[in-house]
Amino acid sequence: MRRTALRCVHELARADERIVFVGSDLGPGTLDAMREEMPERFFMEGVAEANLIGLATGLALEGFVPYVNTIATFLTRRCLDQLAVDACLHRARVRLIANGGGMVYAPLGPTHQAIDDLALLRALPNLTILAPCDAEEMARLMPQTVEVPGPVYIRLAKGHDPIVSDPETSVEIGRAVTVRAGSDALAVTTGITLGAARAAADGLADEGVALGILHLPTIKPLDADAIRQAAAGARVVVTVEEHSIIGGLGSAVAEVLAERGSPARLVRLGLPDAFAERYGNQRDHLRLHGLTAEGVAAAVRRSLDRLPPTHS
Amino acid sequence: MASPSPSSASATSPDAESSPRPPLDERSRALRRTIVRTLAAGDRGHLGSAFSLVEILRVLYDDVLRFDPRRPGWAERDRLVLSKGHGCLALYALLADHGFFPADELDRFCDLDGLLGGHPEACVPGVEVATGSLGHGLSIGVGFALAARLRGADWRTVVVLGDGEANEGSVWEAAMAAAKHGLERLTAVIDCNGLQSYGPTEVVQPMEPMADKWRAFGFATREIDGHSVSALSDAFGALPFEPGRPSALVCRTVKGCGVAECEHNPAWHHRSRLAPEVVARLLAALAPMEAG
Repeated sequence: MRRTALRCVHELARADERIVFVGSDLGPGTLDAMREEMPERFFMEGVAEANLIGLATGLALEGFVPYVNTIATFLTRRCLDQLAVDACLHRARVRLIANGGGMVYAPLGPTHQAIDDLALLRALPNLTILAPCDAEEMARLMPQTVEVPGPVYIRLAKGHDPIVSDPETSVEIGRAVTVRAGSDALAVTTGITLGAARAAADGLADEGVALGILHLPTIKPLDADAIRQAAAGARVVVTVEEHSIIGGLGSAVAEVLAERGSPARLVRLGLPDAFAERYGNQRDHLRLHGLTAEGVAAAVRRSLDRLPPTHS
Repeated sequence: MASPSPSSASATSPDAESSPRPPLDERSRALRRTIVRTLAAGDRGHLGSAFSLVEILRVLYDDVLRFDPRRPGWAERDRLVLSKGHGCLALYALLADHGFFPADELDRFCDLDGLLGGHPEACVPGVEVATGSLGHGLSIGVGFALAARLRGADWRTVVVLGDGEANEGSVWEAAMAAAKHGLERLTAVIDCNGLQSYGPTEVVQPMEPMADKWRAFGFATREIDGHSVSALSDAFGALPFEPGRPSALVCRTVKGCGVAECEHNPAWHHRSRLAPEVVARLLAALAPMEAG
């Protein structure tokens, strides 16, 4: 997904002279092709994230469209004030490509685990937040990021993630994607958790449970109408996110459903409100916290079982 | 009875004791009177921080910067970023004086529906970016200067910082970037008044030797009396100080310069609810010279 995002930056830059790339201190060879082809629009500016955001804002206010890339925790926690005041307050067309959303960097410890990026950023006005589910969805969204009239945060997954998006389904910034209809329960996903929900829905279908799936490649602006409509017939809504259960997708969906007075039971699957105390890899942590097909299916079953019997 | 004070006691100015500063001229006094009236209208403001800036901004707007107040967004204008945004009372006085917006906006300072708030925002004609959170302006200025270079434009970027602001590590991140890129059309002006909110910088966070720091970070650096109109004019006229490098102008200033009771006095960093007699006393101290 990261490779796709960066390749898209290069391709978009070929067609649009406003586009520049701003990295921090990325791995050797990153976007070499772009650097060789258009060195004046390739910046590698060092381990100085606050400066990166200010510099990119200055470029953006002068009409350029900078794509800034570094590790998600450093692109959010480290320079939150610059994101808020420089990029968001000025509606600067800064694009933030965040490596390692969620537990991608699990073996590197809590400094590198972006468990709170969506929560931190959802509170910032004027910011668009994207979390594509795979490289193909990324490729469909990237061209749309150029003209968004304000900053955009693009959350990346691990790389070589399974393709779980549907090539026939169009994806549009700000719009949820109805992946699957289902009358018993609804899974709401963002990022790679779509894959777990799809597999869970397949398994539950064999058991006679219809799990619908609403996928949100855009976390902000939130497609609240789609959430309301999709949840309308469901008895259980399960949000599935590779993020703390505080402040991310689950919280956003809870706000929508609570204000609507939705009768559906809400279950938030996500990472606990804790810094990880174990290493391992991303898959280990997804498994530990039920962010898997089995975990989603179990949550749906458990919740449906606890509900009073329906007339059917 | 306060008389115009030739701010002579800057503890950090190497020349302060041997060459007392001359009295402020009428333009500098008039701008300070505007600042006092604006502060009084809003019932608050950073007076000391604005008074130390007046000559820096005055010379920039009167003699140095390229701009057209009828076209604040004119592409060929020079970009000024007041990174020490809390000094905005001085900026507003200059922008109003040059016609960027009607002077009566100053009377609505900090009003609910006023144009001008306690820190500058980009909605104000003549203000490039919102500042107020310290340590942001120089990075944005680096972005401006890179944009100008990419476009082959000849406009310049001037970023005005405070010495207290230079506590922020992001200032030095930006300085390194400016030097890396050899941004000779970028100038950092440091309003070095030796005082920050709590007290002297040498107590809160020593910043000396300030000029040596900027030199070490790759800036062609000069150090002058920041209240001397002629010294400021000469320095800005000499930009860039060296080809191929960003410039830094370390301006030795006096916080609260112009009114004896405010000078070197941390209590005047920010004031609110000034009694009318205090406002009158400040204005009297800044009365036109011929009347004084």
